[in-house]
Amino acid sequence: MKFVLPIILVAATVVLMTLAIFGVGQNAGTVGIATGSALPGLGSKADTPEQAIGSFLTDIRRRNWDRAYSALSKTSGVDEPSFIQDWTGSNGSLRTFSSLETYEARPLHATSDDAQMRVRMRWTTPVGPVEDVRDLNLKHEGDVWKIVWPKVTMPSVPAQVVPVNYLRWDLVNGGADDGWGSRNVDAPRVRIISMNAVDSSEGAVVMGEVVNEDTIPAFVNVNAALVDGAGKAIDDESSFDKIAHVLLPKQVSAYRIDFPNISLNNVKNVRMDVKATLVPASADPVIGVMDQKLDPDAQGKSVLRGQLLNESGQTVNIPHVIASFYDNNGKVIWVSDGYVDRALLPQASEPFAVEIPKTLASKVQNFHVVVNQYSLGKS
Amino acid sequence: MPGNLSDHSVLDNSVLAPPAQPASVLDDSVSADAVLKGSVLKKDFALKGRGFQPRRKYRKISRGFSRWSRMAATRVGCWLLVCALAVHLCSVCAAQDIHPPTSASAGEDTHLTAAGSGKATFYLMGPGVSSKSEVELGQEVRIPAQNVRNAGNYSAILCSDTCRSATFYVTPAPPATLTFLVHPSRVPVGQNDAVSGVALPFDQFHNLVVAPHEINFQLTSGNPNLMSRTVRTQNGIAWFRTNSGKNAGVLQVNASLDAVTSRRAVQQVASDPCNLRIKGQRTTKGIVVETELVRDCSGNPVPDGTIVTFTANSDNTKSSVDAPIKRGIARAQIEALGAATISAASGVVMGNELRIGAQP
Repeated sequence: MKFVLPIILVAATVVLMTLAIFGVGQNAGTVGIATGSALPGLGSKADTPEQAIGSFLTDIRRRNWDRAYSALSKTSGVDEPSFIQDWTGSNGSLRTFSSLETYEARPLHATSDDAQMRVRMRWTTPVGPVEDVRDLNLKHEGDVWKIVWPKVTMPSVPAQVVPVNYLRWDLVNGGADDGWGSRNVDAPRVRIISMNAVDSSEGAVVMGEVVNEDTIPAFVNVNAALVDGAGKAIDDESSFDKIAHVLLPKQVSAYRIDFPNISLNNVKNVRMDVKATLVPASADPVIGVMDQKLDPDAQGKSVLRGQLLNESGQTVNIPHVIASFYDNNGKVIWVSDGYVDRALLPQASEPFAVEIPKTLASKVQNFHVVVNQYSLGKS
Repeated sequence: MPGNLSDHSVLDNSVLAPPAQPASVLDDSVSADAVLKGSVLKKDFALKGRGFQPRRKYRKISRGFSRWSRMAATRVGCWLLVCALAVHLCSVCAAQDIHPPTSASAGEDTHLTAAGSGKATFYLMGPGVSSKSEVELGQEVRIPAQNVRNAGNYSAILCSDTCRSATFYVTPAPPATLTFLVHPSRVPVGQNDAVSGVALPFDQFHNLVVAPHEINFQLTSGNPNLMSRTVRTQNGIAWFRTNSGKNAGVLQVNASLDAVTSRRAVQQVASDPCNLRIKGQRTTKGIVVETELVRDCSGNPVPDGTIVTFTANSDNTKSSVDAPIKRGIARAQIEALGAATISAASGVVMGNELRIGAQP
């Protein structure tokens, strides 16, 4: 009797190990975090496109670059360093701080020789989860499926001198003898120029635009409190990262404040509050937003896409796009934002896309994009 | 015996009569006095058994007389005691009477006098001060300057056998500094009642000088004197309000009270851009567009760093650049191959539109 329990435990362990090594990678297909072989060298052959993608992305997740690169087709035309850089990022971009968390692959079409898979990858990043969708082509080479990796085109910045008249504001605080703050500099004048509250599938959303009316830069944060019929506050939230916090003089930024799981039916009033503080800031870099266009993407979603063009001489590590959408009356009906996972090199451009809810896409008549930027080593 | 019992009950009633009715008792005794003069005395006294037992009325007379004398003695004694105490207290009080200073200024030595002789303990309590010292009665009690640096009400307490107290007020010293608050630190030109200032005179010990003083406010921008106004302080405060000037630059604001001066600077800045005009040309890289010198409606150049948003609308696409003004001009490069309509805006101010043809 005393040997029964150990025998059961050993048997269960063996079964689980067997399943882990051989079972899941073969049967679970192309979804998620637990796909792939548990032990190196024990993976099965990529007999199907799904197995090829699953094995490939598992290696990517584990940063097993050699194995992942060996899963590429010979027709890929990409060298291993470029391939690795495509996944790991460079120049302090968002991708360099990210890791692949989960993925999901769906076949788009397949023949006996080639196939196309749509891969939806979910990355964990310092700014929250980021989703990336790629369509990958596969070829049947020999008895296995190989992935055709597109040629990676890294922006190449030629050696050049970019003349920049640097313009920045520094802040000198008053001395200790300034007991009454009588010599302090006033906070910047900032005004909310529009506000709209709507119900969305995830809760109430308060959005609008704010302008810095002053002649100095301002660090801006917009807060909103929802009030019910009895005058009691239901919830209060801030715009967090859905605003360009540093506003230069006369600059306009959209803001969006989300109230998850709250319906506007219970809301009688919305109290808005904008806080502005004086901060040191620089007028550079200047980032242009080119070729903005509303398009359906490959998944049928409406997106605003375009190109970010760095017109300055310094690298922008993490560009952040905030887009406001207007109806035919000029009213802000939605605000979207998105991070670009590649660094924006001087005089180079990078594509971006932000999503619009399907229900609002038909109402959008105009849009405005501002670019927030985070550069390493700068506040 | 029932009669005796009855007498006793009467006597007891009179003795136990409530104090609210003493007059009846006295009247009773007075009538008894009159009765003593008559023949009733002979008839009503009788020897009974074991000794002389006065009858009812005479016992009342006797009892009333003794009560009156006792009450009179008690009352006189009380009055004598009160008088004695009052005399004693008066003598004690007179012995250590305090005479506080009639006027005292902050940060200056002052003194008070205490009559009497012997030693006493002197306590001083005031705003931010409490002290205890041994003093000699009959001499001046000196209060050092450092104990009366704060203006306000002070209590002086002198204790020997008993304690006596007096209060006195310490007034602020003459103004030594001017706290001058000017708002705002930046102001757009041409705004009505946009600049305000408040001046508060303080002495060297940071006491607000509440006595009226005349403060002269002066506003200068460059050479011209924009405003000069003399304002009398009320409860220690004087203030002004005025318009901002027409020219951008530093506005000097002075407040002076006799030799005491305080100076602040207000930055007068250009107002919103006015007549925002742009020009552009096509280059190999796209369209280079720039503004003319951006000025406000008073002709002041808009400060560098102000954002001008250029927007180019072509067939189905739109490009925009938020460009800062540098050296008075905002410039941007827009990638657009086809014909484009370019507009500019700064804040909520719109500029003109510009049409650029397609790249040949």
